[in-house]
Amino acid sequence: MTSASATGASPAPAAPKSRKSVTGTRRTVAALFLLPAFVLLGALVVYPIGYSLVRSFYDQSGDGFAGFDNYQALFTDDGIRTALKNNVIWVVFAPTVATALGLVFAVLTERVRWGTAFKLVVFMPMAISMLAAGIIFRLVYDQDPDKGVANAVWVGVHDTFAQSSAFPKAHPGRESPLRPAGGGAFITKEPVRTGQVVTLPLVGVAPDQMPDDAKNAVAARPEDGRITGTAWQDFTRGKGVGKLGGVDASELGYAGMKIEAVKDGKVVASTTAAGDGTFTLPAAADGAQLRLPADNFKEPYNGLDWLGPSLVTPAIIGSYVWMWAGFAMVLIAAGLAGVPRELLEAARVDGANEWQVFRRVTVPLLAPVLAVVTVTLMINVLKIFDLVFIIAPGSSQDDANVLALELYRKGFSEDQPGVASAISVFLLLLVIPVMWFNIRRLRREVRR
Amino acid sequence: MTADAGSPTGAARRPPAGTAKGKRSLGSRLAEGVSGGLVRVFLIVVGLFWLVPTIGLLLSSLRTPRDLAASGWWEVFTQPSQLTFDAYEELLKNGDITSSLVNTVLITVPATVLVVVIGSLAGYAFAWMEFPGRDWWFLGVVGLLVVPVQVALIPIAELFGEIGLFGSFLGVILFHVGFGLPFAVFLLRNFFAEIPRELLEAARLDGAGELRLFARVVMPLGGPAIASLGIFQFLWVWNDMLVALIFSDSGSQPITVALQTQVRQFGNNIDVLAPGAFISMVIPLAVFFAFQRQFVSGVMAGAVK
Repeated sequence: MTSASATGASPAPAAPKSRKSVTGTRRTVAALFLLPAFVLLGALVVYPIGYSLVRSFYDQSGDGFAGFDNYQALFTDDGIRTALKNNVIWVVFAPTVATALGLVFAVLTERVRWGTAFKLVVFMPMAISMLAAGIIFRLVYDQDPDKGVANAVWVGVHDTFAQSSAFPKAHPGRESPLRPAGGGAFITKEPVRTGQVVTLPLVGVAPDQMPDDAKNAVAARPEDGRITGTAWQDFTRGKGVGKLGGVDASELGYAGMKIEAVKDGKVVASTTAAGDGTFTLPAAADGAQLRLPADNFKEPYNGLDWLGPSLVTPAIIGSYVWMWAGFAMVLIAAGLAGVPRELLEAARVDGANEWQVFRRVTVPLLAPVLAVVTVTLMINVLKIFDLVFIIAPGSSQDDANVLALELYRKGFSEDQPGVASAISVFLLLLVIPVMWFNIRRLRREVRR
Repeated sequence: MTADAGSPTGAARRPPAGTAKGKRSLGSRLAEGVSGGLVRVFLIVVGLFWLVPTIGLLLSSLRTPRDLAASGWWEVFTQPSQLTFDAYEELLKNGDITSSLVNTVLITVPATVLVVVIGSLAGYAFAWMEFPGRDWWFLGVVGLLVVPVQVALIPIAELFGEIGLFGSFLGVILFHVGFGLPFAVFLLRNFFAEIPRELLEAARLDGAGELRLFARVVMPLGGPAIASLGIFQFLWVWNDMLVALIFSDSGSQPITVALQTQVRQFGNNIDVLAPGAFISMVIPLAVFFAFQRQFVSGVMAGAVK
């Protein structure tokens, strides 16, 4: 009230007030206009700040003074410490990634005619709720590569570069000449000789999982100076095993099965079975044991466990960036529109390439906008709740924990309002620098 | 992308002094074409990245639970016969979901109207009335812009519990109004302050009182700012989950809370969650596409929130 002299009541000659009331308002009228807003702000925003501050110094029942115990819990309680650590990760990465992407999009969309359509697509997620975005990304991150698009793409890329195995569940049947060799491989019990026909029967591959190029198995013929044989699925559908250990016409060959000849622990020869399961090894393999290496039986690559303990926070940050990169892009594009084109053109004429123009001219000119966007997103990220609450499955919610979620748990399901109040005061303290900055910036404008 | 495409362009572009823009070498134009092509490809890939998750939700909502359990949504591209509105029909028979949709409207509309009206009154007072400490009070409101809602959850829950507002529509609405007001007052006061003084004086000379001046001159002139604020607040309240999660009960819960209760059994409830989420998105998306410009200017003004 005393500060009124600085702004309103006494006219300061240096800064003439242009917004003097045109009606010569009585104060009661002003009070009536302001009353609803002040009552609601006072009761719902200002009072809770004071209440939380006081409450944070009392114990969980609210009866006994607890000093700084609740604040101490911020750094000793395991749940809160994980939340704190994750919040740091969030505040460091989410705003910077979103702002960087927004900057790149804003600069690049200027060069295409359909830039507006692109901006609309990227900006659109801002209009939807975090709950809807959370459900969208629960679907995206589904672990099963047949259902979750993230793993479908990831497994697709992975399998392009790394051959997947064809026979994950194959294993020797009864009375098999093969025995396990450790590490998932199988080896013949007896050494093999040239001229001999070797049978390598296995069972356990589901018919629809057999390789497409698998043909009906054929019994190999003996050859002089070589070892021949067949690796096949010794299982006839409907009748169970056809002739145990014998190649039946209806049985399929293990097309592409790798076979190694091992002598004294060293691989002396190797080959791959043909479509009908037959294979041939040179004389060098004489006296060796045949091994089917573990590569043949690896489980197929199943993609990443996006929502598992180690990846859940980066995965949720990804969904946040999906929602908010558009916000950064739109604000930066508006800033970019204010950058004088002549400056960029002059830099190009001086021989700067596009990267140099971007790095040395565009980015420095946009620095104020980039700062505002980053700070805004930081405040936003500090309070992140919905996305974590929805996307993190129950099993990894502890690993994905953030302060706002921990506050909700402590305050509303674990009945620890003292600790929850301390968390809320802590959050408030973190935004006070921004509050102060906003007020300072506006004070200059208001005084005009 | 800019980096690797840029350097050849730059090298080729370094012209001998005095070369006119139109006379650049074939090589430089070729390099530019390539980099332009790369930019296009990059933006198309990014655009797909942004669209695919939403398309996934939409197509998932159009399949039966059995198909959903068996395979990915992209299978509808090879088997379009899987598409069906069954899930939506089921959903609209689900009383919890339909009543929560109605609740969303019952919360959002009053919370938006109240913020606009109360914010306009205060914004006008801060812009054009004289009272002691006016600008300091205003700065105080600006300071409240960044107060996290989390600070108020526990105190207001106790307060509402004592006065019997807990679980009621009014409680949820009031909370949204309280936390919507700082931005409303900030935005509208700044906009109203730009109204030319002559307009207000002319109305005053015609004998208009303060209330008339406000209703007949200030509010109509403030249209663009009020539209921005209204859209912003509408989306904010419509999309809220946290506030309603705490302050509403099973009778007043909005769609976000109703869906949230199903998330725990995500795999089993996907036939409710996918269409439910999509329905809850339809209104905000329609508002967004219809009022893009106002939305963007609201976002710009709200960059401090």
